[in-house]
Amino acid sequence: MPDARELTYLDAIREALAEEMRRDEHVFVLGEDVGAYGGAFGVTQGLFDEFGERRVVDTPISESAIIGISVGASLRGYRPVAEMQFADFIACGFDQIVNQAATLRYRYGGRASVPIVIRAPSGGNVGGGLYHSQNPEAWFVHRAGLKVVAPATAYDAKGLLKAAIRDDNPVVYFEHKYLYRRAKGPVPEGDEIVPIGVAATKREGDDITLITYGAMLTPSLEAADRLSKDGVEVEVIDLRTLQPFDKAAIFASLEKTSRVVIVHEDVKTLGIGAELSAVIMEERFDRLDAPVLRVTYPDTHAPFSHVLEAANLPDADKIVAALRRTAEY
Amino acid sequence: MPPIKRTKFKLTAEQLLEMFYWLKLMRAFDERLSILVRQGKVRSGVYTGIGQEAIIVGTCFGLRREDYICPLHRDLGSFLMKGVEPRVMMSQMFAKTTGLSKGRDSALHSGVSELGIFGNTSMLGANLPVAAGIAYTFQMEEKDNVVVAYFGEGASNVGDFHEALNFAGVHRLPILFICENNQYAYSVPIERSMAIDDVAERAHSYGFDGVAINGNDVLAVYQSTQGALARARSGEGPTLIECKTYRWHGHSEHDKAFYRSDEELAMWKSRDPIPTFTTYLRARHVLTDEKLQEVEARIASTIDEAVEYAMNAPDPQPEDAVTDLYA
Repeated sequence: MPDARELTYLDAIREALAEEMRRDEHVFVLGEDVGAYGGAFGVTQGLFDEFGERRVVDTPISESAIIGISVGASLRGYRPVAEMQFADFIACGFDQIVNQAATLRYRYGGRASVPIVIRAPSGGNVGGGLYHSQNPEAWFVHRAGLKVVAPATAYDAKGLLKAAIRDDNPVVYFEHKYLYRRAKGPVPEGDEIVPIGVAATKREGDDITLITYGAMLTPSLEAADRLSKDGVEVEVIDLRTLQPFDKAAIFASLEKTSRVVIVHEDVKTLGIGAELSAVIMEERFDRLDAPVLRVTYPDTHAPFSHVLEAANLPDADKIVAALRRTAEY
Repeated sequence: MPPIKRTKFKLTAEQLLEMFYWLKLMRAFDERLSILVRQGKVRSGVYTGIGQEAIIVGTCFGLRREDYICPLHRDLGSFLMKGVEPRVMMSQMFAKTTGLSKGRDSALHSGVSELGIFGNTSMLGANLPVAAGIAYTFQMEEKDNVVVAYFGEGASNVGDFHEALNFAGVHRLPILFICENNQYAYSVPIERSMAIDDVAERAHSYGFDGVAINGNDVLAVYQSTQGALARARSGEGPTLIECKTYRWHGHSEHDKAFYRSDEELAMWKSRDPIPTFTTYLRARHVLTDEKLQEVEARIASTIDEAVEYAMNAPDPQPEDAVTDLYA
């Protein structure tokens, strides 16, 4: 790779925004505090100075309008990138996403599309408490007409955001807050697109397939390394896109391993793991040598106390335990 | 309440007759739909605007193709005035492939971007943020096009109303908010859903003018609209026009509307926008018996043809239940 410079996950997101705004004048960003302030996490810092207030729009606290305005602009050929300050606040814009944006193409008989991106800073392990820690991705995976992505690395953060902006469908882009400044890695300048719908194999192995995404990638890789010392080789797949997820990559890995563990930070009931597990059971039942296990947040809220939050979050220890159970089955 | 701005306008006899045609066409279209529902030929999704036609004619008349409308569920006539063929709208109601949705949904849940028509969901008021987004692009492009967004007095209690009008006020967007105050949100009368008399008052808290007018007088609606359009086109921002009117039928064709009195309905029927305008045109000798017959015959054949076309149009194929989800 000619460009070996490293960026944080957060800087990678910003660079994707800036490059896309330079490339296409129809791309603009809107949201709460995204203007001169540069966003609650600093993601949009510098964009206001470069692109001006019309293309870096500070909005009132109006999540529903932020999405609705984006839909309206998209109907006139724009590609708005709407920021929900925290993914938790996306509930306030829910109707405009699931009823307005998701259904528009269908009810227009295929004669229109809604090329909007909704950026949603999600996830816990940052002491955020109930309303600054949520992982609501499954709500949107459940709704036809939407695409959902959740990058785990700086490289993917940039490449997936570029793909999302250029996609003609509404894309909900979950960026994990824990990763903002902790995930750092090589990110090339310019157009390195990460296609939507394609998973990445982060570690190869023949014994167990571990499927994960977002901030759970790091503890998953750590757990895989620990299993390796016992002679169990775990293949780690980073889904990257949750809707449509990469069924082919999962099945190809399963052919080798016959065993699957799914890890996500979202709660267990009807999380992505439930769907993956059901699809594997329906279509590859005869390939399985063990039940599919899930390591997830329990069905509860995200508590403020470090003690309580740590009890809820999946970590390498919990993942190792599930991998061992699967290996020994 | 600020006084209604008196905007001078001059309409030719031809234009007045055109307005008359649209009023009558909308009435006839909705009346036919009402019959088709009772005959079981149209399944559902019929929310007539009978009694409210003057609002659509007065606001849509003379709009540019590039101007955008964001109608509500009773405004089928606005689609026709903006250029959708009656046979296509009828097909939409019959859930046929020749309709805008290709059978995916009925009523006005579809739009035509090339004609500047946005079709909302069933979530009332959810069209208003979208309208603000469209208006924002006109402003970015420094175009003098305008968005005309419709809502009922009921939808003015929805959060989207506040979020959209607030944003429009802050950015002084080129947008007209047209309230069709027909006195009832489904069954709930206005006095049970808001503690003020005029929805128009709400505009002031967003920093622009609101006026309440007689929504059954097509020329009054037209006059107010022309004033507001001129303001919006010249960068002076939004206006809210509250058109007082009345819904003759129930909320949908399945609603018997027992919650209101016969006397109240009779009183509003005496303010029917069509005879009022007919009298005006006759007094000015714009409308003669001959012209009237001509208009009525044209409308009857247009609607007959639309129904014939829609009934014979193909149903969607079962596999189309899962297509057009993604671009």
